[in-house]
Amino acid sequence: MEAVVVKNLVKNYGKDKIAVDDVSFSVKPGEIFGLIGPDGAGKTSIFRVLTTLLLPDGGSAIVDGSDVVRDYKQIRNKVGYMPGKFSLYQDLSVEENLNFFATVFDTTVEANYHLIKDIYVQLEPFKTRRAGKLSGGMKQKLALCCALIHKPVVLFLDEPTTGVDPVSRKEFWEMLKQLKAQNITIVVSTPYMDEANMCDKIALIQSGKLLSVDTPENIIRSYPEQLYAVKAGNMHRLLKILRDYDQVMNSYAFGEFAHVSFRNPEVNLNEVTTYLKQQGMEDIELEKTAVTIEDSFIKLL
Amino acid sequence: MSEAVIKTEKLTKRFGDFIAANEITFEVDKGEIFGFLGANGAGKTTAMRMLCGLSTPSSGKATIAGFDVYKQTEQIKKSIGYMSQKFSLYEDLTVLENIKFFGGIYGLTNQQIKTKSEELINHLGLQQEAKKLVVSLPLGWKQKLSFSAAILHEPKIVFLDEPTGGVDPVTRRQFWDLIYDAADRGVTIFVTTHYMDEAEYCNRISIMVDGVIKALDTPRNLKDTFHANNMDEVFYELARGAKRGE
Repeated sequence: MEAVVVKNLVKNYGKDKIAVDDVSFSVKPGEIFGLIGPDGAGKTSIFRVLTTLLLPDGGSAIVDGSDVVRDYKQIRNKVGYMPGKFSLYQDLSVEENLNFFATVFDTTVEANYHLIKDIYVQLEPFKTRRAGKLSGGMKQKLALCCALIHKPVVLFLDEPTTGVDPVSRKEFWEMLKQLKAQNITIVVSTPYMDEANMCDKIALIQSGKLLSVDTPENIIRSYPEQLYAVKAGNMHRLLKILRDYDQVMNSYAFGEFAHVSFRNPEVNLNEVTTYLKQQGMEDIELEKTAVTIEDSFIKLL
Repeated sequence: MSEAVIKTEKLTKRFGDFIAANEITFEVDKGEIFGFLGANGAGKTTAMRMLCGLSTPSSGKATIAGFDVYKQTEQIKKSIGYMSQKFSLYEDLTVLENIKFFGGIYGLTNQQIKTKSEELINHLGLQQEAKKLVVSLPLGWKQKLSFSAAILHEPKIVFLDEPTGGVDPVTRRQFWDLIYDAADRGVTIFVTTHYMDEAEYCNRISIMVDGVIKALDTPRNLKDTFHANNMDEVFYELARGAKRGE
């Protein structure tokens, strides 16, 4: 049985605002599934339907065999949800929050401590501190513990790493890998394209529509053209020149390089280099480069 | 010859026993794109607030566009623009009303506001949206408009606090085109970001850890110094030992 099955899901806010537009995907048990897309893509609406906090306007969604409309009470018992906005009780201590969530789900912290142990040991020195007084990283860890304490079958994490620095982001994904090892299915959303590679399967989403659903490897493999990385002294000028060059199909900045694809698959690189030199570029580097999820996303937009 | 528009020397901010920014020293030149990076809680916001004339330093020196951060905060505010993802535009005002409002705040005359509005709307291709409420615009448009509003009064320096958070990859790049254009016109850009590929778009970068500037150089030199393939690795190398959280 699939852990999550979403079929032709639709969610509207008023008649003009279609937040989720005919979205279908499924998640296998034990998978880390990533919803990757910018703000306003519809990620949160999908999460809220799957956690039974919003009713869909069309289509269906099933979580661990239960229907989000008909069986909403069962779903609430077996999913964990960490919303994008910090939603724990700010005036309760770390310990009190955790006990509260365990009690609400009719269990104890001890019963499922093994699930949160690795994360909670980092919080333990602050267990009497009020949640509102924790640092950003600590709040995030506590929220994850509270979402896990009833041993959910599926864990929903809505943008857990937004606004978080790269070091803390890496740590967070390490924690998710450990949870995966304990057989928890994880559905996670993020606006950071580089996090896609940490997922088993991803859905790229923009304006309520899925652009692609597959493994990160397959999405990258299906990129239609050979991609090149170009560098020359002045990036801003280089981008302008590439944009106006008739051989170029697509070009855009990508870190210290510009990524370029050419209309002609048999493009003569010497010719390109000569052209760039004629346009006054110096220290030109031009070579084949590997496609990333961000390149795929840009291509699909 | 280059001309420093931001100069700090041992700039420090204490909150009780806590040293949020500890003797930070750097200069930023006119027209430079300067990336101000750091882990959450490293002290970036505190430092930025001092540079904008919003928070009085505990010690040290700094001048912004030649004005002193202790005594000339009002002149500083007139010489800078500011934009962040959190505070940008008034959603219940139209595009035009927002431009008019920010123009007025920054002390432009009605005639200047009129000329500037037309220029800006044409430049951004917002003719159809000029009389629509900002709330109805896609996030990417809001960010671009917000940046344009922040430089409406042609400030010497614009401070951008995570301007591209949550924006799609294409819009993020369009936003950087606007940044480059402004820098070409001589506006100094002071920008924070969590996207390490954007760090590469800066002329120079500083990385702050636990209140201290740990590294400051061009992206190329930083990668060489730390034997790293990309800025992500440089950042990780410097910030992984951070003691402070947000």
